[in-house]
Amino acid sequence: MTVTFPQKGLPWLLLLPQLLVTAIFFLWPAEQALEQAFYQEDAFGLSREFVGLENFVYLFTDPLYYQSMLTTLVFSFSVAIMGMSVALFLAVMADRVIRGKLTYQTLLIWPYAVAPALAGVLWWILFDPSMGPIALWLGSAGVDWNHYLDGNQAMILVVIASTWKQISYNFLFFLAGLQAVPRSLIEAASIDGASPVKRFWTIVFPLLSPTTFFLLVVNLVYAFFETFGVIDATTKGGPGQSTNTLVYKVFEDGFIGLDLGGSAAQSVVLMAIVGVLTVIQFRFIERKVQYS
Amino acid sequence: MIENRPWLTFISHATLMLGIALVALPVWMALVASTHPASAFGVGHIPLWFGSAGMETWQTVLFEQAGNGIDTPVWVMMLNSLVMALGITFGKIAISLLSAYAIVFFRFPFRNLCFWIIFMTLMLPVEVRIVPTYQVVANLDLLNSYTGLTLPLIASATATFLFRQCFLSIPGELVEAARIDGAGPWRFFFDILLPMSRTNIAALFVILFIYGWNQYLWPLLITTDDAYYTLVMSIKRMLSVNDGDIAWNQIMATTLLAMLPPVAVVIGMQKLFVKGLVDAEK
Repeated sequence: MTVTFPQKGLPWLLLLPQLLVTAIFFLWPAEQALEQAFYQEDAFGLSREFVGLENFVYLFTDPLYYQSMLTTLVFSFSVAIMGMSVALFLAVMADRVIRGKLTYQTLLIWPYAVAPALAGVLWWILFDPSMGPIALWLGSAGVDWNHYLDGNQAMILVVIASTWKQISYNFLFFLAGLQAVPRSLIEAASIDGASPVKRFWTIVFPLLSPTTFFLLVVNLVYAFFETFGVIDATTKGGPGQSTNTLVYKVFEDGFIGLDLGGSAAQSVVLMAIVGVLTVIQFRFIERKVQYS
Repeated sequence: MIENRPWLTFISHATLMLGIALVALPVWMALVASTHPASAFGVGHIPLWFGSAGMETWQTVLFEQAGNGIDTPVWVMMLNSLVMALGITFGKIAISLLSAYAIVFFRFPFRNLCFWIIFMTLMLPVEVRIVPTYQVVANLDLLNSYTGLTLPLIASATATFLFRQCFLSIPGELVEAARIDGAGPWRFFFDILLPMSRTNIAALFVILFIYGWNQYLWPLLITTDDAYYTLVMSIKRMLSVNDGDIAWNQIMATTLLAMLPPVAVVIGMQKLFVKGLVDAEK
């Protein structure tokens, strides 16, 4: 039990700034979203009428929404799995070397600091069909690359750009996880004649599973919510609907399509999804604390 | 080292170097592209080696105008980004320190409720509630202002949690000793708590600075006046020029300048950055 101060009014004063900002910029808009989700507003915001659950009914009968869900799932899992595999591979290599470990780390982690939108632009140009060196090289290898027209290629592009940014994060956590694996276990296995590859899959990888699971959740959350910039600066959800993720769709329908009710209904659905993800993350973290 | 396998060590080094090269590839290409005149891009692919127009482009972009429809020079937008990043960082740290202090060291009714209200902000990223938040800020007449850029992003559950953890680990004897010596709550806060949380604050500062600098959607929506453009979002405005008229060399130079400060912070304060990253996820 922490020793506390007896003042009664002071804590409220201390909490006031945080509570005010939260109330004005978080709770109020959230409440507005909830309210708007039950109304139909005309595009000029002049009048609106109560439509009950109609926005939600419309949303869940709209094939485009399901397509966007599918797109989001494909995108998120691709980013998570690709980013984690590359990072784990590099972390295993970095864990092996003795000389220059810190230099390697420095040279691998900086993309974390690059804004998603900028990451998108950088890769966008590398793959640009008319001037990008990679597109050119792909062309000479027989692949006709044009992410302006081909939805799958556009998806590959945003996955690469988003993954590139996230490798650094995964790398740091995997490296920390690898360094926490008891050396005695590895040595014992090594004396018994287990090869490095075998040691990795039978000892190291299972011991890394808490880190892996934690990173999976973090990466999915990242791909869901923090890649808005990548998509907006490059494909804008296109071509067609091929990279229109759920978060991008909220923005697109609300600000460009001016369908406020529909956008608000999507916001509400997303809030529910974030809520579930946060609870999963929180429960997992509690468990981690218990066992460590 | 458990066993000596020279070839495996060699492969490890080679793989790491390949990884680094791949990670650096887009930045390398941007750097090369920024040294060629704009006309080099219309006719063919991006040249693979440096050109000679580099100085000129960088100078124009940095001091005269960013180009591609934006008349503001990059240094002005850099200043805007800096104001926003520092505003968000200091704001978050200040209000989180205060609220964590209140939650840990005082007992008052609805303490848990307050904690949960703050916790809820975790569940509502700006992107998710973007339309209503925009309306609220527009109603408050905060469009095109530094207050509008920073204030809505200042509430932070992560920082509050971090400081709460940190405060909870402070032994009760310390508080008791301070009280016996006649220290009031403010004195305790400034003379004991703040100095003790120094490294935590510094680590959080690094992470939050990157977060603030890299804000994209929010400034994009609420600034329509060039004078308030931040650097990261200006790229989007620059890209919305007609395809044929885009000066790619200027875009590349601006992109590199936009990523320079946060990257420098990560590399220069690597230890604090790693600590902040690990702490923020606890």
